[in-house]
Amino acid sequence: MATQDITMPAQRTLAPVPQITAHEVRRESTGWTSWVTTTDHKKIGIMYLVLTFVFFLLGGVEALMIRLQLAQADNTLLTPQTYNELFTMHGTTMIFLFVVPIMAGFGNYFVPLMIGARDMAFPKLNALSFWMLAAGGVVFYGSIFFSPPECGWTCYSPLSSSQYLPSGGVDAWIFLIHLTGISSLVGAINFYATIVNMRAPGMGWGRLPLFCWSILTYAVLLILALPVIAGAVTLLLTDRHFGTHFYDASSGGSPLLWQHLFWFFGHPEVYIMVLPGFGMISEILPVFARKPIFGYKAIAASTVVIAFLGLLVWAHHMFATPSPTIVLVFFMMSSFLIAVPTGVKMFNWIATLWRGTIEFTTPLLFCAGFLFTFLIGGITGIFLAVFPVDWQLTDTYFVVAHLHYVLVGGAVLAIFAGIYYWFPKITGRMLGEGLGKLSFWLILVGFHVTFFIQHAIGLDGMPRRVYEYPNVGHLQLYNLISTVGSFILALGVGVTVVNVLISLKKGAIAGPDPWKANTLEWFTTSPPPVNNFDTVPRIRSVEPMKDIRRQVARQAEQAPAEPAPVG
Amino acid sequence: MNRIPPALRPNRFTSSRRRLALAAVAVGVLCLLETSTASAFFTPESGGSPNADKIDTLYKLILAVAVVVFVGVEGALFYCLWKFKAKKGAVAAQIHGNTRLEIGWTVGAAVILVVLAGFTFAALPGIRNPQNTGPNGYQTANGVLTAGTTKRLPPNGKSLNIDVNGQQYVWRFTYPDKTPNTTLDNPFSYEELVVPVDTAITLDIRAQDVAHSWWIPKLGGKFDAIPGYTNHTWFRIPAKLAGQSFTGQCAELCGRNHANMIARVKAVTATQFEQFLADQKTNTEAADKAAAVARKAFEKTLSTNQSATP
Repeated sequence: MATQDITMPAQRTLAPVPQITAHEVRRESTGWTSWVTTTDHKKIGIMYLVLTFVFFLLGGVEALMIRLQLAQADNTLLTPQTYNELFTMHGTTMIFLFVVPIMAGFGNYFVPLMIGARDMAFPKLNALSFWMLAAGGVVFYGSIFFSPPECGWTCYSPLSSSQYLPSGGVDAWIFLIHLTGISSLVGAINFYATIVNMRAPGMGWGRLPLFCWSILTYAVLLILALPVIAGAVTLLLTDRHFGTHFYDASSGGSPLLWQHLFWFFGHPEVYIMVLPGFGMISEILPVFARKPIFGYKAIAASTVVIAFLGLLVWAHHMFATPSPTIVLVFFMMSSFLIAVPTGVKMFNWIATLWRGTIEFTTPLLFCAGFLFTFLIGGITGIFLAVFPVDWQLTDTYFVVAHLHYVLVGGAVLAIFAGIYYWFPKITGRMLGEGLGKLSFWLILVGFHVTFFIQHAIGLDGMPRRVYEYPNVGHLQLYNLISTVGSFILALGVGVTVVNVLISLKKGAIAGPDPWKANTLEWFTTSPPPVNNFDTVPRIRSVEPMKDIRRQVARQAEQAPAEPAPVG
Repeated sequence: MNRIPPALRPNRFTSSRRRLALAAVAVGVLCLLETSTASAFFTPESGGSPNADKIDTLYKLILAVAVVVFVGVEGALFYCLWKFKAKKGAVAAQIHGNTRLEIGWTVGAAVILVVLAGFTFAALPGIRNPQNTGPNGYQTANGVLTAGTTKRLPPNGKSLNIDVNGQQYVWRFTYPDKTPNTTLDNPFSYEELVVPVDTAITLDIRAQDVAHSWWIPKLGGKFDAIPGYTNHTWFRIPAKLAGQSFTGQCAELCGRNHANMIARVKAVTATQFEQFLADQKTNTEAADKAAAVARKAFEKTLSTNQSATP
């Protein structure tokens, strides 16, 4: 085969070493049973992406209902109970059923392809991981037929105790945490084993794609943080049903214990959500700037440093609690410290654009939107890290604005960049650029209209999680602006959904490498065959595809009569 | 650019000019945000107490640094996006990194944060430590208060200490009286806290059911009320603000009516405050007496009813 000639010229004279051993070749099955029974990382990846995107849309509808209620002062559209249920479901859905698992979806599909592996290390465990997630989502959304939880995604004790919320909603939430927790934990172990053991020949740690670095770090963080929340919700469950008093102050327990345990998981969770997004940006930016990533080692190292520091900042969510000053100072300083590696990434990304030849495709636009938006989230984070200032800002709409700048800026825009960038690989067809750009501008403008004004809403004294507010000052105007923005944002997401549905059937045929990208997933066909690669090339740099294209060009020069076999 | 014939230029030129105009608008908006602090569009509320004012000052210092960082980094981003747009024949520079530059910006970021930490530590004592009661304030009768380990008192150790208790969905305020050992007969009020101006007020913040958070924006930051714990803060309202009310509300989700758990702090003069305490006490006593009379009357009707229908 021609590819082999090109990629392994040095080995031709040596005894051929089989890179992949197939001991059984089965016919590719089709139909819905093939999805239910599959252990193929690509099919599982697609199921992850589709399911989590459905949850994203559900969470979005909840957000729109919240914004509708807040569009007017003293609005009576929703009851306080429904409102509390909605923001609880919105937060829980977006975090546990969208951002965290969609990263696992991208990881599932692309980590094996990027490192030149046949599949994940434990394919059956991988399927288990997906079905656990699906079960968690079903259990949680089942509660809408009874009584959904209404204590926020943080489910603070004592509000979440059976005394104040006796209905089963909190129990459904606990069950969701357990099921999605097991799903993520099993998935994380799988990612770790895959990346550590199954890299292509020549792919040392210094040549691992940055997205894989971020997924590796994501996996480690999940392994460290999830057992803590699993323990915490188990204590909550026994408090609610089996007569224990872990969080009950009147019986010697402590409500603050819940807050510490929750945020010891909750803050790493933020990095669990944004680090894979950082990884995607680090993959996509250099492709469209036509330049190598600036400071590969610094970006990989800063990923690891952020993860480490991310474990040491949890109590900055608790600056208003009765805590000693030294604790407040420690968590302020550790939160400051984490801004350094994050800043390093930011500078490296901008330097990657410097002196490049930037092609303004939709994925690049989403990357640029990410850089613009996430920076604002990072800067407002500094205000919140200064604990005396945080005393004014915490639990207000300023925090709501900040967390959406971080999570939409740091994760959702990256996810959209990833969708536009990798859709051709997954389906073999390109997404429409026109609709893509329309979607980008609607999402970007809608997002900033929705959330920028929320800083001012918070500074004007409006706490978060209130179902109504009085018509004082400019609150009603600001909130109306925010609501209008949220519908623009929703329209932008809708355009992408339409784009995907159209392009699945009618998109331009992509070919194996439509972007002239850098990493190994573009070496195989689009969509890739079940076994991913017939041959795995030896990796000589961070950008193996660039090496391969160069080699093809060189061979084409030497033998101009022969057509170039690989694009 | 110069090599392009003028006839072909306008298209590119207008688009770059449009971008410049956009950038100018963005910078303009930011400057507006910086200067229009009077309208408090982009700064926290303040004006009711020195700690709130100092938080506001600290916030503005950080905002100034933040604006510089924002303009610098976003400027660099937009410059790169505008300047290095792919053109025909342009070749991307194959730069892999620059260690010196990377160390430079790492150190630069760290230095900015050290400066911000310096600002914070300089402002902290003024925010955390209560100030002495002024000459127009309410001179507390029993000046010596129990000095707790976590609680901060003014330098002279005298403050008007008020117990703030959060419950679903109302705040209860218990005021000190002349008998510090018995608290059951102390004056109290719900929702509205009446305090004398120019007086060091210290708060003991507690909760009796779920977690709440005490927050009057103009009087300083939030302090969570958590069952099993006592949190502390202070404020001192300037004498010229006598007669004013400061509103706030619970800032920690506490249940369905969280949005309606409001709090008001009413500033009065020292004499008015004394009058208020006396009124509360007489009102409470009158209500107690009336209740006792009513109870007796009720018991009487009960017993007569029972004797009437054997």
